[in-house]
Amino acid sequence: MSPRPAIAEPRWARIFLCGLALLLLALFLLLPLAAVFTEALRRGWGPVWQALSDPDAIAAIELTLLVAAIAVPVNTIGGVAGAWCIAKFDFPGRALLLALIELPFSVSPVISGLVWVLLFGAHGWFGPWLQAHDLQIVFALPGLVLATLFVTFPFVARTLIPLMQEQGRSAEEAAATLGASGWQTFFRVTLPEIRWALLSGVLLCNARAMGEFGAVSVVSGHVRGETNTMPLHIEILYNEYQFVGAFAVAALLALLALVTLAAKALLERGGPRGSLAA
Amino acid sequence: MSLALRGLRRSFGPAQALRDIALEVKGGEFVALLGPSGSGKTTLLRILAGLDFPDQGEVRIDDQDMAQVPARHRRIGFVFQHYALFRHMTVFENVAFGLRVRPRSSRPHEAEIAARVRRLLERMQIAELERRLPEQISGGQRQRVALARALAIEPRLLLLDEPFGALDAEVRKGLRHWLRALHVELNLTSLFVTHDQDEAMELADRVAVMQAGRIVQFDTPARILDQPANGFVAGFIGQAQRFAGRLTPQELVFDGIPLAPLPRHRLLGEAAAPGAGQGPAEAFIRAHEWRATPGPGNAVLTSARPAGGRVQAVFALGDSLVEAELPPGLLEPGEPCQLDPLTARVFLAEAPFAAP
Repeated sequence: MSPRPAIAEPRWARIFLCGLALLLLALFLLLPLAAVFTEALRRGWGPVWQALSDPDAIAAIELTLLVAAIAVPVNTIGGVAGAWCIAKFDFPGRALLLALIELPFSVSPVISGLVWVLLFGAHGWFGPWLQAHDLQIVFALPGLVLATLFVTFPFVARTLIPLMQEQGRSAEEAAATLGASGWQTFFRVTLPEIRWALLSGVLLCNARAMGEFGAVSVVSGHVRGETNTMPLHIEILYNEYQFVGAFAVAALLALLALVTLAAKALLERGGPRGSLAA
Repeated sequence: MSLALRGLRRSFGPAQALRDIALEVKGGEFVALLGPSGSGKTTLLRILAGLDFPDQGEVRIDDQDMAQVPARHRRIGFVFQHYALFRHMTVFENVAFGLRVRPRSSRPHEAEIAARVRRLLERMQIAELERRLPEQISGGQRQRVALARALAIEPRLLLLDEPFGALDAEVRKGLRHWLRALHVELNLTSLFVTHDQDEAMELADRVAVMQAGRIVQFDTPARILDQPANGFVAGFIGQAQRFAGRLTPQELVFDGIPLAPLPRHRLLGEAAAPGAGQGPAEAFIRAHEWRATPGPGNAVLTSARPAGGRVQAVFALGDSLVEAELPPGLLEPGEPCQLDPLTARVFLAEAPFAAP
């Protein structure tokens, strides 16, 4: 009899379970992804290039990158601050703050968009005042940024809170007894100890910021070449039966997401080991 | 350096962690805060360091009130129970931290920092670890790094929270002597928290015994052992067993155990004095304070194990078990005997709280 680990399942069970997992993975994750790329390339690279170099497509890509470039840094700072408050301090309302941070996860994206229309739209609370001062928030870049900010706020904070809670406060307390100021403690102790989790949270946040559809769709107004982000542009192309174009932009968006995820995986693998050399 | 605490109180919600703490520590002293968990030792240490704040009372260091002085300006070294080393920094950087965060005007040059860090690491006998990360070294080594880091700021007071708590017994013994020697050599003033009475008795010049947020006795180890201030100290220190009884004008009568009464002149403690009153009392008897006479009597030996030239024996007396030390070869398990206490430390049950 050959020695076997105590928890080993029978061989057939292992093969069956692993096979099932792989099958589902292939069916629900790989197949759609592959479909996007095959559809896009169905007629070769020419139409893809044409679809991507269309001025409206370029505008959509630029807008998407711009919105992410604003939303991700803002949410990084906000997320770190929120996680820091929750993990390192006791204060009344801490549980409420935690619930608020998770709110965007539990609210439908449509609502996340609609609130901004209700607040800043022409008939919204601040609408008349904004009109009087010639300020456009909804159906313009500020609205897109606000909706994206709202939807992607939890990513950084949620990644950091469990880690920071587990790490506790003693390193910060040690820094204080050694003479470090609050800022020194934050930049020399707190931030370096969470850096890998922070990067991972930022990348997730970025992936979602570029890919968000629902909330952005509500505040965008769908002005072609002006307020359409990539996901909205894809939808319009698709609805107009421009399948190659739709899939080309979709492939690019998927590629951006894949690059982000690959970067995250690479960082996570190199992270703890890479830090040894630092 | 001198440290004086007066009237310190601290509550966490309904729980009173510290009730009216007073303590004076002289420069150069090595003081232990000894008590069971939850007695307020760590809270007291954290208040000294400025990591927590008292609801009332004052902390004076060198006659300066510390109330408005934040932790980072106190120059008090703190060694945390689990060391709290900076995980992402090498041993060298951990120790250098306190020097690097100084304002530019008082920050030493890089060469000076390096020289000081290396000197400290050598003194801690861990010079070869300077490039390692905390996760790559052993518990005992981390302890030394934490100590080096705290000493790098040239603290006027060194605080250690359960300094040996996370180490195994072997390492612990060695580090104890080493720490004591370091304290003397560097002319430090140190306070450390422990729940291990051996550690406190062996290391400290004076021991503050804490019970439920109060310091019940603050004295040298010898005097705490000889003259415990109350029943709690007597029971906590020196492996004494507690018995309930009554003090009559002539003797101590034991309750619920077939022990012969002890005449007053054999008793120790304040309740032993002739005019000390009478009533319900608790008596503490240490293992070596018994005499066993073979033959029919009140007790039966149930088990015995050799311990350094003596025998640690357990006797059954009625429903109770009594631990006593015997000369070897006196009795075999199962044999009956007459067991008598030679003495007892007695405290009247309603004795007022003894001030330190």
